[in-house]
Amino acid sequence: MFEIFGIPSTALFGQLLIGLINGSFYALLSLGLAVIFGMLNIINFSHGAQYMMGAFAAYLLLQYSGIGYWPALIVAPVLVGITGMIVERLFLQWLYKLDHLYGLLLTFGLALIIEGVARNHYGSAGMPYTVPESLQGGRNLGFMFLPNYRAWVIVASLTICIATWFVIERTRLGAYLRAATENPSLVRAFGINVPRMITLTYGFGVALAAFAGVMAAPIYNVSPQMGSELIIVVFAVVVIGGMGSILGAIVTGFGLGVIEGLTKVFFPEASNTVIFVIMAIVLLVRPAGLFGRGG
Amino acid sequence: MKKTLGLAALAAALACGGANAQQVNVKIGVLSDMSSLYSDIGGAGSVVAAKLAIADFTKANPNVKVELISGDHQNKPDIGSQLANQWYDVDKVDLIIDTPNSGVALAVSQVTATKNKIFIVSGAAASDLTGPKCNANTIHWTYDTWMLANGTGKALVKTGGDTWFFLTADYAFGHALERDTMAAVEANGGKVLGKVRHPLNTNDFSSFLLQAQASKAKIIGLANAGGDTINAIKQGAEFGIVKGGQKFAGLLVFASDVNALGLQTAQGLTLTETWYWDMNDANRAWTKRWQAERGAAGKFPTMVQAGVYSGITHYLKAVVALKSAADGKAVVAQMKKTPTDDALFGKGTIRADGRKVHDAYLLEVKSPAESKYPGDFYKVKATIPAAEAFRPLKDGNCPLASG
Repeated sequence: MFEIFGIPSTALFGQLLIGLINGSFYALLSLGLAVIFGMLNIINFSHGAQYMMGAFAAYLLLQYSGIGYWPALIVAPVLVGITGMIVERLFLQWLYKLDHLYGLLLTFGLALIIEGVARNHYGSAGMPYTVPESLQGGRNLGFMFLPNYRAWVIVASLTICIATWFVIERTRLGAYLRAATENPSLVRAFGINVPRMITLTYGFGVALAAFAGVMAAPIYNVSPQMGSELIIVVFAVVVIGGMGSILGAIVTGFGLGVIEGLTKVFFPEASNTVIFVIMAIVLLVRPAGLFGRGG
Repeated sequence: MKKTLGLAALAAALACGGANAQQVNVKIGVLSDMSSLYSDIGGAGSVVAAKLAIADFTKANPNVKVELISGDHQNKPDIGSQLANQWYDVDKVDLIIDTPNSGVALAVSQVTATKNKIFIVSGAAASDLTGPKCNANTIHWTYDTWMLANGTGKALVKTGGDTWFFLTADYAFGHALERDTMAAVEANGGKVLGKVRHPLNTNDFSSFLLQAQASKAKIIGLANAGGDTINAIKQGAEFGIVKGGQKFAGLLVFASDVNALGLQTAQGLTLTETWYWDMNDANRAWTKRWQAERGAAGKFPTMVQAGVYSGITHYLKAVVALKSAADGKAVVAQMKKTPTDDALFGKGTIRADGRKVHDAYLLEVKSPAESKYPGDFYKVKATIPAAEAFRPLKDGNCPLASG
C-alpha cells in the first residue's frame, strides 16, 4: 500500500470507483440533455423534474401496483416518456423556430410546476424505496466495500450510454435523426415523418432521465427536489462536454464524476463547486466545449 | 364651568373603564425553509402550528388581533436577512419565528436586534444564539446543539461508543454541533478520530462514508440534519456500515426524518428531542388538530413545529401584559420574567441569555416489530431534567448572562 499526496492508495481507488458511480448518473442525464439539445435545439430545463418523475413513478408503482424495481426500470421511463411526448406536442413544437431562450423558459416553468405539485403533495423529506433483493449486499474488493447495487449502476448506465451513442451515430435511424435536425425540409421531401421523429426523440430523452431516476430511487432520497439539485451540475457537464455532442456528454459525465470524487478526498468542502470551476476554465479556453463542434 | 369640568371628568372616568378592552394588534411572520431539505422539519407545518396558537389565544383573548404571514428563506442567509428587513420595515411585522438553518437564524438575529423587534428561534440549532452571538431581542426556544451533544453524545460514550468520526454539514449549524459534541465526547472519556465536512444539501455520501469506514471509529457522528441525515443513513446501510460494526449517531433527527427513512433503516438510532407527539394525551390531541389543518397525509409534527405553537402562545401573553408589541426588548424582558406554561411543553423558564429551558428526552427509534401504528417511532429511554439538559448559563460567553 503506497500513498499518493498523503492519501493511502486503497482509499484513493475506493474514491475513484465512487466517482465513476456518480459519473454514471451525470452521464445518463447529460446524455438525455445532449440528445434533446442536439436533435431538437431545446434546452430542456425540466430534465431534472423528469428525473424526479421517474423516481416517483418507481415509488408509486411499488406503492399502488406492487410493481417492483425490475419492471419499473422499463415501465417508469415509458410512462414518463409519454408525458414528455405530450408536452412536446402541446408546447414545444411551437418553439423550434424561436430563440433557444423560449424553450429554456418554458421547460424551466414546467420544472417548477412539477416540483411544486410534488412537494405540495409529498413534502420534502422524501419517500423510502429499498434496494431490490437481488442486488442487496456487496462484496469486499480489498480496497473498499462495493455494494452490488452501485456496481449495477455503472454497468447499466455504460450499456445504455453506449447503446444510445451507437444508435445515433452508427445506425440508419440515427442518421435520419441527425439529418432531420440539419435540414428538416429536405428529409421530409424523402418521405420521412420528421415531426413524429422529433416527438419520439424528445420522449426518448425524457425516458433517459426517468431511467436515471428509477436507478437513483434506491440509493438517493426520493424527494421532489432531487432533480433540481442535480440538474445544475448536469448542465455544467453538458456545457463542458459540448452542447450537441453525444460522445462528449458520456465521456465528460464519467470524467467529471471521477474528478468530483477526487475533490471529495482532498478538499471535500469544494466538492460541489469544482465542476463549475472546470466549466469556467473550459469556456474560457474552448467555448464550444471539449467535444463540441465550433459555433 | 364647574358642571362642564365635572361632566368631562365623569366622561374621562367612564372612558378609562374601557381600557381593558383596548385592541392590541400584532403581526407575526413565520420565516422558514418552505421548499428544501428542512421544509418537513419546519415549513408549512410551522405555519399550521402558528395558526393553531393564534386561534387558541384569540379565542381566550378576543381583544387581541393577530395577523400572520410566512416566507421562504431558502437556506440562504442573505435572502433570510433581506426578508427580515423587509418584514420589519415595510410589512410592520413584530415577531419572526421558526427559521430552521442556523446560518439564516444568526443573520436574522442581528437584524432583529438592530430593529428592536423580536425573534423566537424554534428551528435553528446553533448554541451560539445564546452564546457569544446572544442579544436582548432573540429567544432560542426548542433545542440547541449543546443539548443534542450532551444528550446523545454523552449517552453513546457511556454505553461504549468511545471513538468518533464526524460527518459535518459545512456551515454554522454543522460546525456548532460538531464542536459541542466533540467537547461532550472528550469530556466523557471518548476520542475523536477524524472528521469530514460536506456541503449542505449533499445528494451522495458514498465518498464521505468510505472515509468514515476507513477511520474504524466505533461511532459515526452525523453533524447534519434533514435530507442530509436521511441520505447519509440510507447510504450507510448500503455500504454495510452497521454490519461492519460501526454505529450512526443521529445528532439531530426529527420525527419527519424517521418517517422518511422507515423504521427498518432507522431502528436503533439514539437521539435527543424535547417534544414527541405520542408522549401524552395533550400532545396527541394537538397532533390530531395539526394533522387536520396540515392536510397532507401521513405527516407528524416535529418538536420545531410544537415550539412555534409554544413560542407564539408565550409571546402573546407577554404582549397582552404590556399592552403593546412595539418595544422588542421590553417584550422579551417580560417573556423572561414570566415562567412559561403551555399545553405542549408544560412548565419552563427563559433565562437571561435568551435560552428557554425545559426537559429533554433521550429517545430510541423502535424496530418495525415494536411499532404498533403509524407514527409510533420512539421509545423514551430517559428524561433529562431541564437543569441538566442545557448549557450552564455561565459557560456560554453571552454578555447578557453576566448582567
